[in-house]
Amino acid sequence: MTWIELAPTVSAAFLASLVECVEAATIVLAVGTVRGWKSAFVGTGLALAALVVLVLALGPALSRLPEQALQLFVGVLLLLFGMRWLRKAILRGAGIIPLHDEEAIFKSETANLKLARTTERWGVDPIAMATAFKGVLLEGVEVAFLVLAVAAGSPALIGPAALGALAAALLVTVAAVAIHKPLARVPENTLKFAVGVLISAFGIFWTGEGMGIEWPGHDLALIGIAVVLLGAALLAVRLAAAPAQPMEAR
Amino acid sequence: MGTLRAILHEIVGLFVDDGSLALALVVWCALVGLVMLAVPGVTMAAAGAALLAGCIAILLVNVVTAARKRRGAKAAT
Repeated sequence: MTWIELAPTVSAAFLASLVECVEAATIVLAVGTVRGWKSAFVGTGLALAALVVLVLALGPALSRLPEQALQLFVGVLLLLFGMRWLRKAILRGAGIIPLHDEEAIFKSETANLKLARTTERWGVDPIAMATAFKGVLLEGVEVAFLVLAVAAGSPALIGPAALGALAAALLVTVAAVAIHKPLARVPENTLKFAVGVLISAFGIFWTGEGMGIEWPGHDLALIGIAVVLLGAALLAVRLAAAPAQPMEAR
Repeated sequence: MGTLRAILHEIVGLFVDDGSLALALVVWCALVGLVMLAVPGVTMAAAGAALLAGCIAILLVNVVTAARKRRGAKAAT
């Protein structure tokens, strides 16, 4: 397998996982800071274990589906997922909706956790553990879906996609441990914009393959689709940012 | 139970945020697929181009409409 075939899959898995891991890290940091690190780590560990079970159960089940049906199913899901991210990133880029603020989320999480009553059992705070568990599991489900989905066309791609996600998780963990604060400086909207373009491109590519479309240039068409989508998304930011002209001014 | 419901809600939310965008994309994909089945002369390149162009058009219309609505709502308050 060449780097041209691997690059879109690995980079999509890495970038998408980076965004999700930053969001999960904010919640774990809030839990650890306010209610203690033991509960935060137990909740995180349980969520990771649940994710492993989920992937082990779903991965083989997906591979039993006929290839074309799997491509169509995963393609449409990726298209919906990617376009949802891209829409939000475009509206944020155009200043229509506020940017995602990890500092604000951290403050809101810590405020909620401070209000909750402490009831320790076996040295673990159940509220803190459940908060960390839910946060990591929800973001982790997105990562697991993306890893399985971007590799849907070829089981050989699952390994490289998982490595991309693992690299993102390690990077965020190291950064979070080093600075002990929410990773507010990550250019999240730029990342979401790039990931939205990549995931939507994968969605269109796999949906087409599932329908029986033979893309010109085969896998290379994925790069072409991503470039066209990027241009359209940048145009969309300009269109969304421009105020509507009154009729007489046109 | 609450956590389970939140997880299910979040999973649906992964794919559907703005219902009209999701619905339009699914309908467009289905239309392209149906045309490919019904019209034997459709070339692969044309079907691929239609799929891509339609998805882009749906996205553009959706974000411009959403931006206008939000701006209108802000102006009204």
